[in-house]
Amino acid sequence: MNPQALARSRDFDHRGRAWYADRAVTVFVFIGGTSAILFIGGIFAFIAREGLGFVFTEFDAGEFFGSIAWRPTSALDATYGALALIVGTASITGLAMVVSIPFSLAAAVFIGEFARGRVRETLKVLVELLAAIPSVVWGFIGFSIMNSLIIDVFDVPIGLNVLNAGIILGLMAAPIMTTIAEDALKAVPDGYREAAEALGATRWQVIRKVVIPAAKNGLVAAVLLGVGRGFGETMVVLMASGHSINLPDSVFDSVRALTATIAAELGETAVGSDHFRALFTLGILLFLVTFAINLAADTIMRGIRRKGERGRP
Amino acid sequence: MRRSMSTLLSILVIACGGRAENGARAVIQNKGSDTLITVAQAWAEAYSAVDAEVAVAVSGGGSGTGISAMINGTVDIANSSRKMTSREIEAARANGNDPVEHLVGHDALAVYVHRDNPVGRLTLDQLAGIYGENGTIERWSQLDVQVPGCTSDEIVRVSRQNNSGTFAYFREAVLDNEDFKLGSHDMHGSKDVVHLVAQTPCSIGYSGMAYATPEVTMPCVMGTAGDPCVGPSIETALDGSYPISRPLLMYTSGSPAGQVKAYLDWVLGDAGQCIMLELGYTPAMPAACVQ
Repeated sequence: MNPQALARSRDFDHRGRAWYADRAVTVFVFIGGTSAILFIGGIFAFIAREGLGFVFTEFDAGEFFGSIAWRPTSALDATYGALALIVGTASITGLAMVVSIPFSLAAAVFIGEFARGRVRETLKVLVELLAAIPSVVWGFIGFSIMNSLIIDVFDVPIGLNVLNAGIILGLMAAPIMTTIAEDALKAVPDGYREAAEALGATRWQVIRKVVIPAAKNGLVAAVLLGVGRGFGETMVVLMASGHSINLPDSVFDSVRALTATIAAELGETAVGSDHFRALFTLGILLFLVTFAINLAADTIMRGIRRKGERGRP
Repeated sequence: MRRSMSTLLSILVIACGGRAENGARAVIQNKGSDTLITVAQAWAEAYSAVDAEVAVAVSGGGSGTGISAMINGTVDIANSSRKMTSREIEAARANGNDPVEHLVGHDALAVYVHRDNPVGRLTLDQLAGIYGENGTIERWSQLDVQVPGCTSDEIVRVSRQNNSGTFAYFREAVLDNEDFKLGSHDMHGSKDVVHLVAQTPCSIGYSGMAYATPEVTMPCVMGTAGDPCVGPSIETALDGSYPISRPLLMYTSGSPAGQVKAYLDWVLGDAGQCIMLELGYTPAMPAACVQ
């Protein structure tokens, strides 16, 4: 390269509009990428600051985990038993998974493996549309329509219960789980299917023995994302669960969830009071549970991946 | 839902107020009781015609919300359907806010049952037996009532979230400050209570009288067995014969002055009190209203 051209190219490289744009985008992408860490750290610090004060003073682990008496505003003696809230959240999420796992995995297999052309595109759009319904609309359906329906059909005293909230939460979680599970099935290379078919496997055998095992990571991720959704959902469980402190014996019992309790009470509590800090302690608990679910998911998937790598020639 | 909507509304009002600041338009922040919110909104709307310079931003959320806003000093007037407790007053004073109470009206706390429920009368003792921690009434048959559509016979208790003024008043007036029995369905708004009771034959609930709909009935209430049974109405709340009617209050920080005082004076004058009467609440002052 002659010196003139070199100088020109140096001029060009240095501080042009493109150079600034490039730098700006680099910085922006870096901030975007790392901001998640910042937000998570910030949120945890905030929740811990408000909640840990309670954990170290008023907190009584035996009462918190062993008693159902959540009476933060009692005129006689305020008690903070969260057992019923924990069981409530767990039971609703559990039923929601019973409803949504078979539905969404079956839907993913149908959309991913069987449906073709127009049918497939229409179904995908519809499933995504289902995911876009706001949770308050679901909650309203639970409160206004499902309540009377469950009373009429099952002849129970009240229709705001685990069944109601579980079904609605299951329907809410299903579209997301379907989309992710379908992506996981699609990510399985066609070579696997072709090889299996070449060996004479039927379509069902291909799906059951080859595609699903190969897509296991993604399917586990889909289910865990659904569980996370169930734990964190607030509006639906507030409106459809009955918001009633109770250890459920059956799906027809009303319950109360952790998230719904925080949502219903936090706005009306004097900042810094025991009640306020107890609600933040519930927040810490929710945060830890979600963290544990994600960690478990990550570990399981790593394990599967390693096993998969070893198994491969 | 109602709360987020009214929050949104108040943000909009604040935003508009902020923009109009050049025109020296003052904003009075008014927040609290869910029981009072329909009246508070009607007052705010009517007052804009009285004094165009003042905008009243109303939001609900419950008496607890209003009182905690008063304690934190983020509100000019807090609405409440219960008195502030001495602890709350102390907390407010510690933050430099001295709450002053203004009685703006009364509300009969109605007991609601499904319209098919034949129970016509209840005593306070029976209500305490249904709702109280030590109460033993769990079934409608214990009250000698058979409710059509309620085969399980179970009494479904509908209550309010634990910071609501209605909840606190019911606990004080009916349960004598005992705790509620756990397992009640704690709704987040007076309207939700009535809505749920209307759909659920087995249920019983309580809320301000103004929330009544044709789909629910309001049994009359006896102070003690043998007393005359009095139904909730504006007259019985005013003369005190209905055993569970409560004061509706507005709190200001310190004695009101300036535009807040003008607003409160208007609320307690004929115009404000007549709006209250029209909406089904009992005025604090005898008001001469044009029917």
